Amino acid sequence: MIQLLKSREAILAAAILVLIGLISTRYSDFAAPSNLINVFNDTSILIMLALGQMVVIVSRCIDLSVASNLALTGMVVATLNMMAPGVPVPVLLLIAVAFGAMLGAINGVLVWKLDLPPIVVTLGTLTIFRGLIFLISNGEWINAHEMTAGFKAFPRYDVFGLSLLSWLAIATIAAFFVLVTRTPLGRAFFAVGGNPHAAVYTGIDVGYTRCLAFIISGAVAGLCGYLWVARYAVAYVDIAGGFELEVVAACVIGGISIAGGIGSVGGAVLGALFLGIVKNALPVVDISPFWQLAISGAAIIIAVAFNARSERKKGRIILKQAERLA
Amino acid sequence: MSDQVLAGDPRAPDRNIPDRLTSPFQRHLRSWETLLLAVAVGIFIINALSSPYFLDPWNLSDATFNFTEKAMIAFAMALLIISGEIDLSVASIIALTSTAMGYLAQSGFGVPELVAAGLMVGMLCGAFNGFLVTGLGLPSIVATIGTMSLFRGISYIVLGDQAFRGYPAGFSFFGQGYVWWVFTFEFVLFAVLAIAYGILLHKTDFGRAVYAIGNNPLAARFSGVRVGRVKFILFLLTGLMAGIAAICLTSRLGSTRPSIAFGWELEIVTMVVLGGVSILGGSGTIPGVVIAAFVMGMVTFGFGLINVPGIVMSIFIGILLISVIALPRLWSNFRTRGKVV
Repeated sequence: MIQLLKSREAILAAAILVLIGLISTRYSDFAAPSNLINVFNDTSILIMLALGQMVVIVSRCIDLSVASNLALTGMVVATLNMMAPGVPVPVLLLIAVAFGAMLGAINGVLVWKLDLPPIVVTLGTLTIFRGLIFLISNGEWINAHEMTAGFKAFPRYDVFGLSLLSWLAIATIAAFFVLVTRTPLGRAFFAVGGNPHAAVYTGIDVGYTRCLAFIISGAVAGLCGYLWVARYAVAYVDIAGGFELEVVAACVIGGISIAGGIGSVGGAVLGALFLGIVKNALPVVDISPFWQLAISGAAIIIAVAFNARSERKKGRIILKQAERLA
Repeated sequence: MSDQVLAGDPRAPDRNIPDRLTSPFQRHLRSWETLLLAVAVGIFIINALSSPYFLDPWNLSDATFNFTEKAMIAFAMALLIISGEIDLSVASIIALTSTAMGYLAQSGFGVPELVAAGLMVGMLCGAFNGFLVTGLGLPSIVATIGTMSLFRGISYIVLGDQAFRGYPAGFSFFGQGYVWWVFTFEFVLFAVLAIAYGILLHKTDFGRAVYAIGNNPLAARFSGVRVGRVKFILFLLTGLMAGIAAICLTSRLGSTRPSIAFGWELEIVTMVVLGGVSILGGSGTIPGVVIAAFVMGMVTFGFGLINVPGIVMSIFIGILLISVIALPRLWSNFRTRGKVV
């Protein structure tokens, strides 16, 4: 119980509650359920991307191409919707996930088969994917009137008071929770990131596991690509530009170690929520939205400093987790 | 650079001691720099053939602006990456430095004060990164992602959607002035810095220490290298270079917006990696980075002359980045497969 209270998730959750409390003193309606639902809805895409990024970072890689993947997949489904309005939304959804997974697989195979450093590979695909959007679209925008009504309505569709977008985020959280805590693959991600050499000797194929992490991250980015384009009802070359760093920031704030092997689903979700709350709170408490970037930067530095201290105390985390399970 | 297999790794090949050393000439011929130089010459020829305007000296002089500012930072970044660290905040340092200079210019300060402020702010930012990494022991990639948001965030707080203009007249020299004939101030500075960094990395104790740290920080520490101090100096130098680049860029554009130099950090890292510096640390050369700067600058300029949009060039740069590190590995995979299983 004490361990649970001391865990990073508990501290981060407390920090978020304090933050909401502080905001409420200046704008009392912020903590109202309807507003919190809006904040969650607004943060849904960041939460999903942070979860996808989590498995990559945990296996000691990094995926900087998520935002470009999102934008490219978004453009592909938007173009498809424009050219063939008859294709139903569930099919487009499947196409988005598959296309995103394929882009993720490109990263994964390069990392797996050629043993290239993930940061270089995804830096390369970041610019390549972004460039491909231009080739597909010729630099033109796909605007709201060129999309079908069903295409745009899907993420906003209301089910039990929450939008489908929020429900998808919740489903993703659940899926990742099961994947990370209840499956051999989830354990393999941690093993590969915690100690790749030891992982080899326990019979885990390090490269293959990392490749799967990239495919998962890519699939999530593809799904978010459709959701992003449908939600904002516009697709163009620069959508979600620079968003990859916000995703990494959410993970870092959530206590996921960039050195691999440490992280949790709860951490990623809370890290994303923290950024989402800051973003949504600034306008209502009369602070210029231009403060957002500096605040998230400061939050990242504080979170990293905090992580580094606690990691030093705990030592190798894979052993730590084994203790907790025992 | 492709031999980064750790000892004890099951994939590590048996050490093969050759009967005789390859001749220095052969070694040069096979080196990364030679390959890159061949690519550079190839691009130069293709450019010259595809556009009649390419070979004009004034056009070529203009083309150097595509890479000089980024290359200045790339030199310091190369040392930093060789030592096993990275600084993703460089573009944001440019933004913050430029904002500081713009603020002072509006308050009526002259050119010497602006330049001094530019250098100071750059160094302070670099020192802050250095403190986070060496003082607090944070991993540099996350620490500098944090300062990347922080530094540019401060620019946004100061400027919002506004811009600083109205720099003093003499200030335009750094980004627009010519030293002699077609040689711009920026290009001369680039050349001087290239030589300075080449000497620093390849001819001094400090340079040896940088390689030693990149290959094995612990062994370097036991050999008496002050690892933390060297790394701190490297972050400081990178900040200083970003400050110098900010002076040149601000002078060239004549205005400051918070979005200035957005995304440059990735282009600079690309330039360094393209130059043959291993992203894992421990190897790389300054001549390689210089050639890579020319390659990237000429690709951008040549494509521009034949009206290829900038974003398509970025596809080319991305493919170039991946293929230059993938090809040597494919080649060595292919060769080992042929010999022993």
